[in-house]
Amino acid sequence: MEVLDFIEMRVPAKAEYVGVVRLTVSGIASRMGFSYEDIEDLKIAISEAITNAVTHAYSEEDKGEITIGFGVYENRLEIMVADHGGSFNLNKIKDGIGPYNHNEPIENLREGGFGLFLINALMDKVEINNKFGVIVLMTKYIDEAEVGFDDQISTTQ
Amino acid sequence: MELDIRVEKDNDQIAIFLTGEIDAFTAPKLKEELAKCTVQSGKIIQVDLEQVEYMDSTGLGIFIGALKSAKEHDSSLKLVHLQDRVFRLFKITGLDEIMDIKPVIQGGKQ
Repeated sequence: MEVLDFIEMRVPAKAEYVGVVRLTVSGIASRMGFSYEDIEDLKIAISEAITNAVTHAYSEEDKGEITIGFGVYENRLEIMVADHGGSFNLNKIKDGIGPYNHNEPIENLREGGFGLFLINALMDKVEINNKFGVIVLMTKYIDEAEVGFDDQISTTQ
Repeated sequence: MELDIRVEKDNDQIAIFLTGEIDAFTAPKLKEELAKCTVQSGKIIQVDLEQVEYMDSTGLGIFIGALKSAKEHDSSLKLVHLQDRVFRLFKITGLDEIMDIKPVIQGGKQ
């Protein structure tokens, strides 16, 4: 299914902006028709991803910017969070992405403790790519009946 | 996107009232305020989260830290009046088994 709209935003890698991105996802998800509960899940998931990116950017003394991409589809919202300032090449990123492997040492994502665990629990699909910095790609479906692989992803422990 | 912290002390009892959002931005302030209370020995600390509309894992981390600190100093820490959304995070992560938590029951104080 083709993406209907793609929204990209870039914010400084500072904790102050976690709330700003949260309001943005709330607006987009609300426009798409997500339920109140799902919007709350999306707000937490995106905050976790941004918080991880903020921590990562600080420790690496990176450019200090986080890029967030929202892929709006008819039945789902795909959110990408990258801890570098570069623009997304949507297809290129999606090619190099795979399911999160718990044996992989991704110290910066682990720093939040429960962050990634919550993203997994609250989103329908989560993929991590760390070839170009760290990129989190997470998906939430509007219609819960569409979620066929929820358990497979969220019970990786 | 702010967090207001009000602390009321009465002998060994410390009541902390939180209003707003707990995230990476507001967390450092909360951590500092909680630490001031948990380093005192023999206190009964109660944190009221009724007015907390949003919390993520940064909040979980802070309450775990506060619990550890309270135990080290022979104090107790209890979280009360959590909204469903906030309580859910403790449940998902299994922290509701470790911490003393009393959520709001069906939209009202129990």
